[in-house]
Amino acid sequence: MTDLIAASAAPPISRAEAPVPQGGARRPARRLAPGKRLPASRLIGPALVVALWAIASATGRLDPGFIPAPWTVLRTGVHLWTDGTLRTDVLTSLQRAALGFALGLTGGVVLALLSGLSRTGEALIDGTVQLNRAVPTLGLIPLFILWLGIGETFKVAIIAIVVYIPIYLNLHSALSGIDSRFVELAEVLRLSRLTFIRRIVIPGALPGFFVGLRLGVTGSWLSLVVLEQINATSGLGYLMFQAQNYGQTDVIILGLAIYGVFGLVSDTAVRLIERRVLSWRRTLSN
Amino acid sequence: MATHVEQLTRSFGPRTVLHGIDLHIPDGQFTALLGHSGSGKSTLLRAIAGLDHEVTGSGSLEAPERVSVVFQDSRLLPWLRVLDNVILGAPGPDALERGRAALAEVGLGGREKAWPSQLSGGEAQRAALARSLVWEPELLLADEPFGALDALTRIKMHALTRELWERHRPSVLLVTHDVDEAIVLADRVLVLDEGRIGLDLTVDIPHPRSYRDPRLGEYRERLLAALGVVEDYAANPQGAAAS
Repeated sequence: MTDLIAASAAPPISRAEAPVPQGGARRPARRLAPGKRLPASRLIGPALVVALWAIASATGRLDPGFIPAPWTVLRTGVHLWTDGTLRTDVLTSLQRAALGFALGLTGGVVLALLSGLSRTGEALIDGTVQLNRAVPTLGLIPLFILWLGIGETFKVAIIAIVVYIPIYLNLHSALSGIDSRFVELAEVLRLSRLTFIRRIVIPGALPGFFVGLRLGVTGSWLSLVVLEQINATSGLGYLMFQAQNYGQTDVIILGLAIYGVFGLVSDTAVRLIERRVLSWRRTLSN
Repeated sequence: MATHVEQLTRSFGPRTVLHGIDLHIPDGQFTALLGHSGSGKSTLLRAIAGLDHEVTGSGSLEAPERVSVVFQDSRLLPWLRVLDNVILGAPGPDALERGRAALAEVGLGGREKAWPSQLSGGEAQRAALARSLVWEPELLLADEPFGALDALTRIKMHALTRELWERHRPSVLLVTHDVDEAIVLADRVLVLDEGRIGLDLTVDIPHPRSYRDPRLGEYRERLLAALGVVEDYAANPQGAAAS
């Protein structure tokens, strides 16, 4: 009995302690997955950039006329925020992006469902969207200004178009690329068309949808910048455009930083939703 | 209700895969269908399952109302948990209860909430069996259901399949290319050869059957001969090498 206990208590030989096999023996396989994720790893890169920027400014390596120090930008931001102008500009920009994004998202999803789930829909919609995609959306700006005036409507419309295209394309291809084995299963299980779409087609298309969604989010910010810098009387882009006239680089960088934060936050939000919704997936990223 | 196939012909373009098949599977019979790849086994199974849209053909076909199909891959939807997969499309307010019962019956009780990606190959195939049980099928069609499993898991699955059959007594049509599997499991073995039924053999050995049972040998030889596999290499290696 004691022998048994002693034997089982002996420490097992771990891999590191195992004798190194001599020539010709097989080494342990190399790990190919990138390994465990560092905490808050996505913030490390940006933090490093800001740190370098701060050091370069403090040591006088940067001409403050071209690139002001981070604290100057921060001070300008606080000043403009308490002043009230920055608050309205940020709100206006957010409103445009959100409204355009919501419209584009709805349009893209509805069109993709119509065209991905019915042959008639596909015949009517898919070619048209492909044609629309071939026309650079920003090239539509002059026409839209003539049609809708220079107010908010045209800006929201342009953002919506920029957003709906990637969402439509990715969702449509995901819907029509559904695994034929699952279609067969649905037939065997005598699923109704509605159940088939709800339990098989839609969940199967979600990964593709999220690819489109992230492209759409990026697109909404991108088009916002362009629209606000050439055709606006308020908003972040307008603020930056004005600053250019007065040589206020700190304000321009402040605007860029805010755009960047918006983009990062919205992309992170989509990622979080994606991770929650697609929790059944096990890939390299988790 | 029995399954009845008469003069069933199926072609893909110019290639005729099934040539006027006549087949009667009585209620509750465990039948295996053997054949080379390309002999038309799967085509016949898919025809009986009603899965062969857009395939040209003729003949008459009668199958029971409740038919379940088990495929070579488990075909679980990766985005549904195991229990939800099992009761997918199942009718009735007690579907959830029947799903749980079926999972328990295949030895997966307690894994209801697992994702399919967390199951081993054998477990996934057992879940697929549970999914077919929920429908209380009168006819169970199985298309090489153990083909992708390792040998040890396959033997366990054979025992489980036979056990489930004893309890529920559906008619079974098991498509396989494994002669031993057919003899051990089925009470009747058909050999499909170039779209025609070449041999219809009743296996008269009591269950449970063992792979080591010497009586298997005679059936094995007849089936291999019908499949065109000549075993004289083992009997006479010199002769086989010389020819």
